[in-house]
Amino acid sequence: MVTVYNSVERVDAEAVNSKEKRVDYAARVKIFPKRVAGSFRSLKWWIMLITLGIYYVTPWIRWDRGPHAPDQAVLVDLANGRFYFFFIEIWPQELFYIAGLLIMAGVGLFLVTSTVGRAWCGYTCPQTVWVDLFLVVERWVEGDRNARIKLDKGPYTFDKWRKRLLKHAIWIVIAVATGGAWIFYFADAPTLLWSFITVDAPLVAYSTVAILTATTYVFAAFMREQVCTYMCPWPRIQGAMLDEDSLVVTYNDWRGEGRGSQKQRRAEGEEKFGDCIDCNLCVAVCPQGIDIRDGQQLECITCALCIDACDGVMEKIGKPKGLISYATLRTYNANTAGVDSPTTWRSFIRPRTYIYIGVWALIGLVMLGFLLTRDRLDVNVLHDRNPVYVRLSDGSIRNGYTIKILNMKAEPRAITLSLSGINGATMSVVGQDAAAGNAIEVALKPDKLVALKVYVSASPANLSGERSDMEFKVSDKTDGEQSTYSANFNGPAREEK
Amino acid sequence: MANKEVDQISGIETTGHEWDGIKELNNPLPRWWLYTFYACCLWALGYAIAYPAIPLIKGNTAGFLGYSSRADVADELTKAKVAQAGLLSKIESSSLEEIRKDPTLLQFAVSGGRSAFLVNCVQCHGAGASGSPGYPNLNDDDWIWGGKLEDIYTTLKHGIRFQWDDDTRTSQMPAFGADELLKKGQINDVAEFVRQLAGLEHNAEAATWGAKAYAEHCAACHKDTGEGDREQGAPSLKDAIWFYGSSKEEIAQQIARPRHGVMPGWINRLDDNTLKKLTVYVHSLGGGE
Repeated sequence: MVTVYNSVERVDAEAVNSKEKRVDYAARVKIFPKRVAGSFRSLKWWIMLITLGIYYVTPWIRWDRGPHAPDQAVLVDLANGRFYFFFIEIWPQELFYIAGLLIMAGVGLFLVTSTVGRAWCGYTCPQTVWVDLFLVVERWVEGDRNARIKLDKGPYTFDKWRKRLLKHAIWIVIAVATGGAWIFYFADAPTLLWSFITVDAPLVAYSTVAILTATTYVFAAFMREQVCTYMCPWPRIQGAMLDEDSLVVTYNDWRGEGRGSQKQRRAEGEEKFGDCIDCNLCVAVCPQGIDIRDGQQLECITCALCIDACDGVMEKIGKPKGLISYATLRTYNANTAGVDSPTTWRSFIRPRTYIYIGVWALIGLVMLGFLLTRDRLDVNVLHDRNPVYVRLSDGSIRNGYTIKILNMKAEPRAITLSLSGINGATMSVVGQDAAAGNAIEVALKPDKLVALKVYVSASPANLSGERSDMEFKVSDKTDGEQSTYSANFNGPAREEK
Repeated sequence: MANKEVDQISGIETTGHEWDGIKELNNPLPRWWLYTFYACCLWALGYAIAYPAIPLIKGNTAGFLGYSSRADVADELTKAKVAQAGLLSKIESSSLEEIRKDPTLLQFAVSGGRSAFLVNCVQCHGAGASGSPGYPNLNDDDWIWGGKLEDIYTTLKHGIRFQWDDDTRTSQMPAFGADELLKKGQINDVAEFVRQLAGLEHNAEAATWGAKAYAEHCAACHKDTGEGDREQGAPSLKDAIWFYGSSKEEIAQQIARPRHGVMPGWINRLDDNTLKKLTVYVHSLGGGE
């Protein structure tokens, strides 16, 4: 028996979620950003130069603080618990300045994001800056986009090996320099550099450099946009902070669509098409590998390189720039509706930005006020808790205190510790044989704290019950600076007769 | 998944989860993320092999590296002992006065003495060394047996009325009431006189009578003006510090039936270094002479 088949043509169709094509885990698609020139690219070069310059140069700036303090302008001295920033020196209890600065940085980011969108991500984020730097090396060694794609797809020839090795070698040098620069913020830079080279530096210096070298190399050479898209929480937070008056890199599809290549235009006539000639240059230059014409996306760091690319093309074909531009959602919607509305700085003027500026300035002013009026001589008093008072054989009452005097100046000082508030009260310092009185001289070492165990004795007749108020005062006769501490003096509730 | 839903805008299948109209797209996870997960698994496996990890019926696997937190502690203790060795031998070879004069030794002795105090002495003298009725306050400047370094050291070594030590300090005030050495009225008069010695309110007439009995029975130890005698362990009666209270009733009770506290001698329980540190610590509390 012969089976007869009726002829049926196979249709070229495939289910979008076909079993074969569906993946649970996607490999990273390599991105080969094309070189682009333009005003935003120039701005980014300058910002890269300045931020990298600040990072590498800062630890090497010297700042004379006299013989008793380090001469490094910016130094985080963890061992001694001091932070130096040019003319400012911060002790551990003054860390609220750092907290304040961090809050200011946070509010500042809110302000920046609400006005100019993800400018932090696109211009100043270390990830962006170092990826940019690594791309410079990549282009220098392997050529621009097409050459790199060709090289990547091609077999491993001698030339490919040579280029790859050279590229990675330079990258690793940059990574080491990046990790290496970090440690100089934590110790005297020249000394540490010498001990680092002579393999004499502490282990933590080497391990810090090793870890930061590894993260720099892995993040900037391999992870790149994956860091922004999958690892960084900031893009998600920023997504929530943008509103319809925030600047975002926008493809003005109301002007660009329907897109058509120059070939199509020649064939079908110019009138049919919008301004986008579908040259794909905006996609080719994107370091995040996205097509901005698909609309605003999580991956977009608003580096504005697509703007530069598109402006160049528009210029070439004699059309106005700004097919891709910084625009707000509000102006975009208006333009889409047919109302000509350019994006201007007026979008910055709204209550939200005023509040951010106000909060930011308020914190800054309060901190500045604290900084300008802060003490460089301080006294802290801890009252003995057990026993709170002791009766002596002559009937007088004695209280014990631990008095900490802080000399926050980088010079030795001679100060007077005195006590007032209780008639006839005398104090004596443990370990000092000087006669008891109500004032004693203390020599302070530069930039150091001295702790004294002090006993204060008073006659019960001069006390007011269980708790009498008194005051310790430290004063520097030379510069007149003084600081006081209100303390309690405990005694029995009533005197036995 | 019978019902596959595809998001209209992105063309990507959703997970079927929805929150307030927001649907989750079923985008694939980056592969490196998966590799990171595998790397963590490998790390965990390696960790479990290298370090103590798996509980067994008795104890746990030891791990190839032989790490143990107990050994770490022991190691740190050994290091601390080695680090203290220099100071400890200095304490051993220095006199009490030398320890007090050297700021480094003083600090070391005071903090070491405080630790020893908190273990051995707080039960009676309290954590702040301020004592309680019958247990002297070590912060004040009143000392029954002397407040110099050597005095304190001796008291610590041999104790007070400690029957197992022949060198212990001993004093025994007669029980004037219980043994009927004085009549009740006389005891009352003596108590008034003692309050007069201390400058407290008293009945002047009774005190005059009491002065006679005091001169006869008490002055031998407590001295004529009541300043006491440390050689005999007789406390001062004229100062503001009272071991068993300063009211007339409390004084009279102490004359009639004196209480005698006992302090153990520590010579056989603590090493000499610890005793020295304790001495310096007690001396440093504010009343040392």
